[in-house]
Amino acid sequence: MKRINIRAALAVALGSLGLAAGTVHAQKISDDVIRIGLIDDMSGLYADVGGARGVEAIKMAIADAKGQLFGKKIELVVADHQNKADIGASKAREWFDQGGVDMLLGGSNSAVSLAMSKVAAEKHKPFIAIGAASARLTNEDCTPYTVHYAYDTVALGKGTGGALVDAGGKTWYFLTADYAFGASLQNDTSAVIAARGGQVLGSVKHPLNASDFSSFLLQAQASKAQILGLANAGGDTINSIKAANEFGVTKTMKLAGLLMFISDVHSLGLDLTQGMYLTTGFYWDLNEETRAWAKRFFEATHREPTMVQAAYYSATRTFLAAVEAAKTDDADAVMAQMKKAHIHDFFTKDGVIRADGRMVHDMYLMQVKSKAESKYPWDYYKVVKTIPGDQAFTPLAESKCSLVKK
Amino acid sequence: MTELFGVPIQALMGQLLLGLVNGSFYAILSLGLAIIFGLLNVVNFAHGAFYMLGAFLAWMGLSYFGLNYWVMLALAPLLVGLFGMVVERLLLRRLYGLDTSYSLLLTFGLTLLVEGMFRSIYGVSGQTFDMPDQLRGATNLGFMIMPNSRAWVVLASLVVCAATWYVIERTRLGSLLRAGTENAALTSAFGVNVPLMVTLTYGFGVALAAFAGVLAAPVVQLSPLMGQHLIITVFAVVVIGGMGSILGSILSGLMLGVVEGFTRVFYAEASSTVVFVIMAIVLLVRPSGLFGRER
Repeated sequence: MKRINIRAALAVALGSLGLAAGTVHAQKISDDVIRIGLIDDMSGLYADVGGARGVEAIKMAIADAKGQLFGKKIELVVADHQNKADIGASKAREWFDQGGVDMLLGGSNSAVSLAMSKVAAEKHKPFIAIGAASARLTNEDCTPYTVHYAYDTVALGKGTGGALVDAGGKTWYFLTADYAFGASLQNDTSAVIAARGGQVLGSVKHPLNASDFSSFLLQAQASKAQILGLANAGGDTINSIKAANEFGVTKTMKLAGLLMFISDVHSLGLDLTQGMYLTTGFYWDLNEETRAWAKRFFEATHREPTMVQAAYYSATRTFLAAVEAAKTDDADAVMAQMKKAHIHDFFTKDGVIRADGRMVHDMYLMQVKSKAESKYPWDYYKVVKTIPGDQAFTPLAESKCSLVKK
Repeated sequence: MTELFGVPIQALMGQLLLGLVNGSFYAILSLGLAIIFGLLNVVNFAHGAFYMLGAFLAWMGLSYFGLNYWVMLALAPLLVGLFGMVVERLLLRRLYGLDTSYSLLLTFGLTLLVEGMFRSIYGVSGQTFDMPDQLRGATNLGFMIMPNSRAWVVLASLVVCAATWYVIERTRLGSLLRAGTENAALTSAFGVNVPLMVTLTYGFGVALAAFAGVLAAPVVQLSPLMGQHLIITVFAVVVIGGMGSILGSILSGLMLGVVEGFTRVFYAEASSTVVFVIMAIVLLVRPSGLFGRER
């Protein structure tokens, strides 16, 4: 009897040890918390693109994931980079070193996101850039830890730029925000223009957050180009369009809002924006699924979502799904899972994350409706065409990313 | 077509005129600041917030009460002026006699409060403000197309600036104000209610900012951040003109608007910094400003 009991006891002990060891391997979550950090422009010219309402979208994603994985809580921390690269980078560094942040979400401002992507690569943590536009994030400045989720300057150039050149706009003049984003957007759109037989007659760089565009517009008019390409965003785009209408620029030139969000159209009104083309990865009124999600977003924030806010939700769910599949929040395992994932939600039906970090999905060329065509609040866009993901973004073979094996 | 430094004369004239438009804007804003500093010795950092308040009141008047632009042009400055007077009586009065840094910090805190409140309610993208019908359209001047709204801004600013300068420098009321700041005790000995005068002056300076805000409402993005962009440049303008000089702030406002305009033609990237470069030079060469008196 005693021998059997000892053997039985030993078996139970060894068995439970094995079980315990198995459990430890199955859910290795650092600090017992899955912490997501968001660094965005919360108070400046891009605050309506992501901002506080974007935070609501992330909270929705965490709530829909039941707020926990493997029994560990999912937390969100938020910071304002104020459009300063040094603030964004130092906050990211502090969060990775002392804050126990497991994944960083990047809001608007390409310069800040480029800085944060370098910090994330140094610390070996995933960084999902959503609000920033510059295609450099997946080309010259790519890292094994950066994912560029919603859109980029190449897609904008090919979408809006391509459509306007094909429609007859052969000569262009650029009004460019003088920092990384503006330069990227101007370069990528110029490449498209040249490839389709158009010509760039000139450009002028304005400081970020410029209060007055009148003299730049005067120079644009003097160039006699057919299209005025606005390589800026947020408040700068709004001011440019207002001034362009005032100075009669719109009578002799067509405006190309190369990056426009629904928040910009809402602020300017349809009188000033009707007929403008824009490229986007998401529109709240696209189909039943987008409408259903947008309804929840509207109840929380009283506004329809921008592409960036919708992408915040989708990226958070994608990350959490990758953590679940990898059974850990270790960066390398999670990144490997994310690059294997097929993203299928209201944001995209067929999203894939490539080796260079680019999330490829369909983009949409939209045209802003006129007041007569708009039947209900926020009914601003009509779909001109769907651009399949493999045509919208830089082909993998042409990527300047060092991670892509040629 | 003749050229100057590689730019056609016609284009330069257009930029000159645009520079005057911006300059008149700077002039009216820096006038308010200069009055407040000159007469109260208060560095009113909240000037940008009052400018924004003026613009937002104009928008609220239009959206909620159907009051048009012209009514709000008179009403908004009045309301903001009243609010300014309340601020002065309750808050600023306690800081007189102390170092000017205290009033700067107080008004800076006020700015953060007001802008933050509006930002959380309205967001930053801005509100739609339709151009009033009388200001629509543009005049073709030959070398450029001048929108009527901008021409109106120049006209209104210059008229108000000229009227203010006249009142302060040439009328009895103005002389009372100037006396009150130079020697409050002596002036009150003559039976003048100096504290009341100070309150009214602050209210007036702030009302000037609100007036500029209403002028700006149809022209620029009507966002809670609109004051932030301008206030730093306007401070530089006031420093260049001389912190207490009324005429100095008007003239340097116009001059700097033109300088900025030219910079935009020749080297656009520097257009936001050229004012500060000039300010640095002026401070080195003539610390009390171009038209200021030694204090």
